[in-house]
Amino acid sequence: MAFEFTAENKRKFDEILTRYPVQRAAMLPALWLAQQQHGWISHEVMEYVGSLLGLSPAKVYETVTFYTMFHLKPIGRHHFQVCRTLPCQLMGAEGITSHLEKKLGVKLGETSGDGRYTLSEVECLGSCGTAPMLQLNDDYHENLTPEKLDALIASLK
Amino acid sequence: MEKILTKNFGLKDSHLLSVYESTGGYGTLKKLFAMQAKDVIEEVKKSGLRGRGGAGFPTGMKWSFVPQDNPKPKYLCVNADESEPGTFKDRYILELDPHRLIEGIVICCYAIRSHAAYIYIRGEFVFPYHRLEAAVKEAYAKGYLGKNILGSGYDLEVVVHRGAGAYICGEETALMESLEGKRGMPRLKPPFPAVVGLFGCPTVINNVETISALPYILENGPDAYRKYGTEKSPGTKLFCVSGHVQRPGNYEVPLGYPLKKLIYEDCGGMRDGKALKAVIPGGSSVPILTAAEAEEVTLDYEGLAAKGSMLGSGGVIVMDETVDMVKSLTNLAHFYSHESCGQCSPCREGTGWSHKILKRILAGEGRPGDIEQLEKNADHMMGKTICVLADALAMPYIGK
Repeated sequence: MAFEFTAENKRKFDEILTRYPVQRAAMLPALWLAQQQHGWISHEVMEYVGSLLGLSPAKVYETVTFYTMFHLKPIGRHHFQVCRTLPCQLMGAEGITSHLEKKLGVKLGETSGDGRYTLSEVECLGSCGTAPMLQLNDDYHENLTPEKLDALIASLK
Repeated sequence: MEKILTKNFGLKDSHLLSVYESTGGYGTLKKLFAMQAKDVIEEVKKSGLRGRGGAGFPTGMKWSFVPQDNPKPKYLCVNADESEPGTFKDRYILELDPHRLIEGIVICCYAIRSHAAYIYIRGEFVFPYHRLEAAVKEAYAKGYLGKNILGSGYDLEVVVHRGAGAYICGEETALMESLEGKRGMPRLKPPFPAVVGLFGCPTVINNVETISALPYILENGPDAYRKYGTEKSPGTKLFCVSGHVQRPGNYEVPLGYPLKKLIYEDCGGMRDGKALKAVIPGGSSVPILTAAEAEEVTLDYEGLAAKGSMLGSGGVIVMDETVDMVKSLTNLAHFYSHESCGQCSPCREGTGWSHKILKRILAGEGRPGDIEQLEKNADHMMGKTICVLADALAMPYIGK
């Protein structure tokens, strides 16, 4: 199915283009807009963004796949991203992941069958003084304990 | 000690323009526009301010490398791609005092005669991104950014640009590649960014913390800044303490501060009465210190170099006696192999293979020759690549 920006996002994209002397520099902002609209970056999205920037889909593909935050397939409505890097590991990050695996019924790296949860581990999120921590969709949750995790899960719609 | 970078952190709504102005914020701009650009560079040179992103290069000198006879536009890139494990300082500046950064940006751009700045912020920092965007909007509305700032005739556009998840984009030339809409792969130097940087134009790239020190320096003068710190490492710096201390967090202290004091006094000492085993003093890419070294070292560029390490980004990772060093190294090997951009074979292969060997050792399946192989890997990785990502992982193999 072909993808295109909504009228509002097209307006936003046109404004973004004016910020850079080189069109290709609008690549990451355009991909962010597309992911917000579509939830993930499909091949159709890449073709569309390429057409807007005058680039082949392959140029968009090589950029998309370089970065960890663009999703190449649909992800769960609630995306748990547990920081796994050293400062968090020192403070018990592994326990956070295993607790979530149990409570969410999802294995690390997987999405639940109903599309509700995705569980990932990610590298340093720059929140080392409040470890262990995770990012749930856009938001940081810090100084985690099993109790805090349970309350967080219970609060989700 | 007077706080330079964090003095507003405790104020209610410190991120708002009105609060920043009420503490004298943007007050330096009048003085700035009455000065010659080259004199601003001189003031920063005299202050001795050094880059706070990791390399510690003298800021004023970096600015002076921008060729003023080059007809191309000049750019400032602000590195807000904070991703060095153990580092979480820029995030707090962005969240709690974004206007100090913006005022610093105006100062830097005026000095290097630039009319456009790009703030590259890591994609994961969604909340700081919204704070920063809102602050930039406020600054435009009040005439601190945009055309003819405060009637000075000086124009400056500031764009906030989000990354999308890649540690390597904190490397200055990778950041520029990424900003140009490409994969974030470091460029060969020379040419250096001051001559050929963003969009092929002369570019200064500075860290958030570096830029945020500028309003103080311009307002109070280089000598006031030099009241803090040491002769070669003047001023204050944010140290981000994580790991096994009672009170982890951000601490602004003068450079030259004893690490022992930071851990045992400011941070309340070790957690659960455990003994100190080791400290990574400047983010995961700098050599680790033993407890004995950590208790002697001072936090300045020279003090850490004397102990074989580096000041780096100021990310102090504290480990107690229970920490398994093999497991810690394996964790970092995973990090560096995951974050290698892949363009240089010694890094792509070296980080990947050493992670596999370390995992094997950690699982109790180490083989004779594994240690020697890691040492060999270090030789194959160090100094053989475009950037220093591979070196960061190789140093621990040879006991550094």
